[in-house]
Amino acid sequence: MNDTIAAISTALGIGAISIIRTSGKEAIEIVNKIFKGKDLTKVDSHTIHYGFIIDKDEIIDEVLVSVMKAPKTFTVEDVVEINCHGGIATTNKVLELLLRNGCRMAEPGEFTKRAFLNGRINLMEAESVMDLINGKTDKARKLAINGLRGLTSNLISNLRKEILELIASIEVNIDYPEYKDIEEKTLEDVKTSMDSIQEKLTKIVKDSENGKLIKEGIKTVILGKPNVGKSSILNRLLDEEKAIVTDIEGTTRDIVEGQININGILLDIIDTAGIRKTKDIIEQKGVEKSLELIDQANLIIMVLNNNEKLTLEDKELLEKTKNKKRILVVNKQDLETKIDLDKELEQESIKIDTIHQEGILPLINKIKELFNMEELENSDLNYISNARQISLLKQALEIIPSIYQGLKDHLPIDMIEIDIKEIYNLLGEVNGESYSDEIIDQLFSQFCLGK
Amino acid sequence: MDTYEIIVVGGGHAGCEASLAAARKNHKTLLITGNIKNIADMPCNPSIGGPAKGIVVREIDALGGEMAKNTDKGAIQIKMLNTKKGPAVQALRAQADKITYPQEMYKTLKNQNNLTILEAMVEDLLVENNKIKGVVLEDGTTILASSVILTTGTYLKADILVGDQRKRSGPHNEKPSNFLSDRLKALGFTIKRLKTGTPPRLDKNTIDFSKTILEEGDKTPYSFSYENEAIYDVEKQVPCHLIYTNQKTHEIIKEHLNESSMYGGYVEGVGPRYCPSIEDKIVRFSDKERHQLFLEPESRYYDDIYLQGFSTSMPHYVQEQMVHSLDGLEHVKILKYAYAIEYDAIDSKQLKQSLETKLIEGLYTAGQINGTSGYEEAACQGLIAGINASLKLEGKQPLILKRNEAYIGVLIDDLVTKGVIDPYRLLTSRAEYRLLLRNDNADIRLTKYGYDIGLISEERYTKFNKKINQIKKLTEELQTNKITPKIEVNQYLESIDSTPLKDGITLHDLLKRPEITFAHIKHFYPNNYSKEVYEQVEINIKYEGYIAKANKEAEKMLALENIKIPEDINYDAIKNLASEALQKLKEIRPTTISQASRISGVNPADISILIVYLKKEKYYE
Repeated sequence: MNDTIAAISTALGIGAISIIRTSGKEAIEIVNKIFKGKDLTKVDSHTIHYGFIIDKDEIIDEVLVSVMKAPKTFTVEDVVEINCHGGIATTNKVLELLLRNGCRMAEPGEFTKRAFLNGRINLMEAESVMDLINGKTDKARKLAINGLRGLTSNLISNLRKEILELIASIEVNIDYPEYKDIEEKTLEDVKTSMDSIQEKLTKIVKDSENGKLIKEGIKTVILGKPNVGKSSILNRLLDEEKAIVTDIEGTTRDIVEGQININGILLDIIDTAGIRKTKDIIEQKGVEKSLELIDQANLIIMVLNNNEKLTLEDKELLEKTKNKKRILVVNKQDLETKIDLDKELEQESIKIDTIHQEGILPLINKIKELFNMEELENSDLNYISNARQISLLKQALEIIPSIYQGLKDHLPIDMIEIDIKEIYNLLGEVNGESYSDEIIDQLFSQFCLGK
Repeated sequence: MDTYEIIVVGGGHAGCEASLAAARKNHKTLLITGNIKNIADMPCNPSIGGPAKGIVVREIDALGGEMAKNTDKGAIQIKMLNTKKGPAVQALRAQADKITYPQEMYKTLKNQNNLTILEAMVEDLLVENNKIKGVVLEDGTTILASSVILTTGTYLKADILVGDQRKRSGPHNEKPSNFLSDRLKALGFTIKRLKTGTPPRLDKNTIDFSKTILEEGDKTPYSFSYENEAIYDVEKQVPCHLIYTNQKTHEIIKEHLNESSMYGGYVEGVGPRYCPSIEDKIVRFSDKERHQLFLEPESRYYDDIYLQGFSTSMPHYVQEQMVHSLDGLEHVKILKYAYAIEYDAIDSKQLKQSLETKLIEGLYTAGQINGTSGYEEAACQGLIAGINASLKLEGKQPLILKRNEAYIGVLIDDLVTKGVIDPYRLLTSRAEYRLLLRNDNADIRLTKYGYDIGLISEERYTKFNKKINQIKKLTEELQTNKITPKIEVNQYLESIDSTPLKDGITLHDLLKRPEITFAHIKHFYPNNYSKEVYEQVEINIKYEGYIAKANKEAEKMLALENIKIPEDINYDAIKNLASEALQKLKEIRPTTISQASRISGVNPADISILIVYLKKEKYYE
């Protein structure tokens, strides 16, 4: 409870005004660092100030800042609220700046939690806070991981591995100073490793900021047997020919990604290899991945063939996805209806015909209906988790100069290692990989040690 | 019927420290050991200290324990390790004399007031209403006590393994305890089976040392104890020697692999990762062409050489071939064969931070019975168990060292919070505040605790406070004295390759420069303090930034440490805890939020819920 927390406290929507709230001992000081206008540390409590949020010299947004000093605030701590005018990107940038300057990302419900712990709200409210904390955190945690799957996550994992090996090779000579089989790491070796680490980390940060790698949409998976028309549906939605559309079963082997923006709702659309029991190794991999994707998906579009009876696999997939947010699409309406869906599912389904471009609009409407309200909150969390991740990556990057300084000053290697470990830990926080005995495990698997 | 306040079962390193601490705190104490000759025995390697472990020995000393003083009495070689690295990771290691060390410890025990030593086997515990009442010996004799500390080492159902042979026996053919672990099991303890091993001992006179590499002790004398002056003759130290395994050794091992207890499938226990047998090393690191081995003298008084790095469970005839394949050992005589040993241990998660068991009030355990390995790890637990058993009798709060205060705190917290899978060894990597837990400042960290408990003398405490005051004084002097960019100042700085000044600078800031030492400071500001005072001030100033960072991290942990969880908390009554967290919390029953947050499977959300619950139930304001 000693740290200062920050979060976007309004629902994120394009064009809306959003409020970022900070609370804690250093709230005023931290906001003041990124605020151009009056000196906020000298203003009266409960006043509003006009100015700009700046990142070094660059103006990020024109804002109104409310300063409320403890104890007459919601959390009974110093609270500062920043009213931003910009859209999602700007709001995120402001949040990220706060995190970089010493705020910690608030856990879901944490402002309310602090209000309770500081005696501001009563027990009844507290109970609901606990429900909130739990419910939301699970969602947030899942999303935080989803947001980073794929390329960035791999890059970070690999970079962590590289750093871990460096740490272990320094550690081994500390805990086993007479272990002579490997050369002791010199400062020169560390510098070489750091050059590579810095280059990779810089690239990850840059790419993440550009939004190239971290996807921010609702993960949407299109499922169905081979040749049922998944790729066609995808292409209709994407408006571009990214997937191969063909009549041969099982030709879409890669998981094709594309984004679509429906009324401001960003969907990451992922086509999958046709799910069916197969012996083809390449395809088998795609199928496994599809099943894995069901777990991560925020939305499943399940495509069925109007011209066929449900197969065992169809039934299996229907079962596997029944608790997910799901849209059933019955394609090939131009052919004779042979499908035997039960009544409930039949009513739930959307009937389309991709050959003749009929039925795509109902699908789009269904997506809007499903996601306009509720899931926007989800993608908020996704956005926020990305801001958190970017700020952690930047914090890691900002440690590097002190490592180079230490190397220049010929500090003992174990001192320099303190900073290297910090980078390692920050990267672990980014993709949630860290556990407590990692370094020790690495030590004993990398080196042959013993009495 | 005999009655004592505290009974210590086992006379190893844990037992010695436990019984001395209890007796020195004026409690009528009984030490029961299977064989008086084996008191403070070193059944494995002949060294004490090393990275992390050496710091523990100093911590034991600062708290008023015996290991450091006893090591100083008979060391045959001492080295400061990691001298080319930073102060945080430097540590002392001694080759202790296997004759002198136990002898001297026995003398200390024998001369200790309030302490009785009894040679006997304990095979049962007297327990009433989950409270310890005493012990029962093998012959049925009952001895009563308010507290019992079990420091049974590897003796619980010990089996010696050599090849396909399994024999119920403790180390050196000593009698194992056959029933005590069953009794513990019946009382509700989870019993684990662990394994460790020891290499062969060789006859010094049959080694061709010309084929080995000499490894000498340091040319500066050191002492482990803060009370002792380092005064031994460095030239009279006995050296160690280094050799390597070769292809032939590896071939012999591979050929006979299935004859070893381990690979033949005769071992049930889990062996330590950090101390693999030579066959393990060759299998797991098959691409390595050679492995290093040290020839370490065990004593000045007999000829056994300990072959460090060559622990094995091969049959004797294979050991002969293996050893003879080594350079310099072609004609060596094996005096004692290597063996593996399996023994019972309890699940350390069933302990409180005080080392009292959660199941039986007044029952404490320390050392290998808790799943650790190593003399130092055992000794420090013994000391803490002895102290806490005494404090409990005195109606006082237990001594619980935090992770930022001592390696001992790290060790015990790891044991009770995470538990062990393989025998636990301390490593510097286990400490997250390594920079704070240094060899040079163990006294500063812990002497006050030792004094408050009553194990540090008035005289030593006065001397200690003087040192603290001098550190403060010198630090202030450096902060208040400035030098200015005069010609002679800059000339001097240039002469020592340091950047000349542009503005005035305090001596404190000058000392921050990597190339500046106290020898240079004295040029500007003559002063005369002890070596230890200079050392502390210099470390504090040179690494100020890193130390501040470590302290800040530690403060975060301490804030959570201050939120106590009541012992009788009903976790089932807390809504919304994730099921894994609930199960783990119920098992480990952490005493603070900080400890709870270190349990794997307990997430930040669970911690939030727990805090809100504690607040709601008014456990925490």
